[in-house]
Amino acid sequence: MLFVLNTNVVLAQHEGHDHKEGEHKTEHHAEGEHHKEAFDPGKMIMHHIADAHEWHFATIGEGKNATHISLPLPVILYTDKGLDIFFSTEVYKHENEGHYKKADGTSVHTFNVKRPSGVEYVLQDEKFNIKGGGFILDFSITKNVASLFVSVILLLYVFFNVAKGYKTNAGKAPKGMQAFFEPIVEFIRDDIAKKNIGEKHYAKFMPYLLTIFFFIWFNNLLGLLPGGANLTGNIAVTLMLATCTFVITTISGNKYYWGHIFAPPVPPLLWIILIPIEIVGLFVKPFSLMIRLFANITAGHIMILSLLSLIFYFQAWQVGIVSVLFAVAMNCLELFVAILQAYVFTLLSSMYFGSAVEEHHHEEHHHEAHH
Amino acid sequence: MNLVTPDFGLLFWQTITFIVLFVVLSKFVWKPIMDGLNAREKTISDALSQAEKARQEMQRLTNDNQKLLDEARAERDKILKTAQKTADELREDAKAKTNIEVNKMLEDARKLIDSEKKNAIDQIKAQIASLSIDVAEIILKKELSQKESQKQLVSDLVRDLKIN
Repeated sequence: MLFVLNTNVVLAQHEGHDHKEGEHKTEHHAEGEHHKEAFDPGKMIMHHIADAHEWHFATIGEGKNATHISLPLPVILYTDKGLDIFFSTEVYKHENEGHYKKADGTSVHTFNVKRPSGVEYVLQDEKFNIKGGGFILDFSITKNVASLFVSVILLLYVFFNVAKGYKTNAGKAPKGMQAFFEPIVEFIRDDIAKKNIGEKHYAKFMPYLLTIFFFIWFNNLLGLLPGGANLTGNIAVTLMLATCTFVITTISGNKYYWGHIFAPPVPPLLWIILIPIEIVGLFVKPFSLMIRLFANITAGHIMILSLLSLIFYFQAWQVGIVSVLFAVAMNCLELFVAILQAYVFTLLSSMYFGSAVEEHHHEEHHHEAHH
Repeated sequence: MNLVTPDFGLLFWQTITFIVLFVVLSKFVWKPIMDGLNAREKTISDALSQAEKARQEMQRLTNDNQKLLDEARAERDKILKTAQKTADELREDAKAKTNIEVNKMLEDARKLIDSEKKNAIDQIKAQIASLSIDVAEIILKKELSQKESQKQLVSDLVRDLKIN
C-alpha cells in the first residue's frame, strides 16, 4: 500500500517536472516563432531516455533567464592531445548553444565548448567531437554513470546491512532488511538456480545470479524515480550484462555442452545445417537477453512519457485527467515489470548456465527433443 | 540510431563498476548470506531429524513398556491361574484326606463301640448268670427247705433225664 502511495508521489513529481518543461516549450510556441520550435513529444521523450552529460531535473523560466536545476557532472575526455577534465557546467551554457539547419532541413542543436587549451569540442546529441576532427574517447561521468554509482552505493549499503544480519542474528529468525530480502534470495537459489542448474553445480553461479538480479531490479526501480536515469534501458548496460552471462556460460561449458554444439546427436550429414544453427544460437541467446531488458525498460519509459506528452500536445486539462490516470496505471505496471525483467534475465542466465554444466547424456537427448 | 548504439564511456564504467560490485558482493555479502542460510537450514533439518529420532525412541520405549506391561499381565494371569489351581488341588487334597480321616475315625469309633458293646453284653451276661445263680440259690434254698419240694425236684430232674 505504502509502495503504491509512494509511486503516486513519485509520479506527481515526475509530472511536475515534465509540466514545467512542457510549459516552457509551449509558451515559446504561443509567443511566436523566435528560434524555438513547437513542443515535440518525440524529442522530449528521446531526451528523457537518452544519456546526458549533466543530471537535469527541471527548468524554470525560459530563454536566457531560464534557471536550470541540474546536477553538474564531470566530463572526462581522452583525446589525441591528452586527458581533458571539466564540469558539465562548462558545456551547457546559453552562449555555447548553436543551431543550424542541415541540408535536408532538419535543425541541429549543439553546444560548442572552447577550452583554455584552445581545443574546441562540439556536443551534438550528447556526443563530443573535436572541432576540425580528431581522436576522442568519452569517459564522462554521465547521468547514467552517476546513476550507476548511486545504485551501487545503494546496493552495497542494503546488502552489507542484510549480510550483517546473518552475523548478529546467527541461528535466529531474520530481522528487518534481512527478513525482506531473505525470501527473495531463497527464491533465486531454490526456484531459479537449483531448478535450472541442478544441486551439484548451482552454488558457484549463485553470486552472479544474485548480483544481476538485484542490480537489474534496483536500477529498474531507480529509473522509475522522477529524474531517474534510464540505466537498464540503455543498450550499453544490457550489452555488458548479457556479455557477462555469455562469458560465464562459455567458460563453464563442459564436453557435453560443446559436444551438443559441434557434434550434435544426429546423422553427420545434418551437421552441415545444425552446427551453424547451434553456433548462431550461442550468440542469439545473450543477444536476446540484451535486447529484451533494453526494450522492456525503454518501452515502459516511452509509454509513460508519451501519455504525459499528450497533455502538452493537446493542451487540454481534460486530456490531463485521462493521461494522468493512464500514466499512474502504467507506472504501477512498470513497478511489476522492474522485478519481472530482473527475474527473466536471471532465470534465462541460469538456464544457459544449466545447459553448459548439464552432464547426463540421456537428458541431452531429451533436451534435443524439445528443440 | 543513437538509442541502440552503445556508448563507449558508459560501457567502460558499467564494466568496471559491475565487476567491482560483483567481486565485493560475492566476497562480503553473498558468501555470508549463503553460508548463514545453509547453516540455519542445516540446524533446522538437524533439529527436525533429532525430533524425529526422539519421537521414534519414544515410540520404541512406549512399545517396550506396553510389551513389558503385557508380559507382566500375562505373568500375573499365569501366576494367579497356577495359584488357583494349587489352591484347588490343596483344597481337594485336604478334603479327601479329611474324608479318609473322618471315615477312619468313624470306623474306629464304631469298632470301639462294638467292642465296648460286646464287653458290656458279656459283663451283663456274666452278671445275669451270677444273679441267676444267686436267685436260683435263693429259690432253691427256699424250695428245698421243705421235703415235698425236694422230692418234687428230684422227680422233675429224673423226668428230664428220661426225656433226654
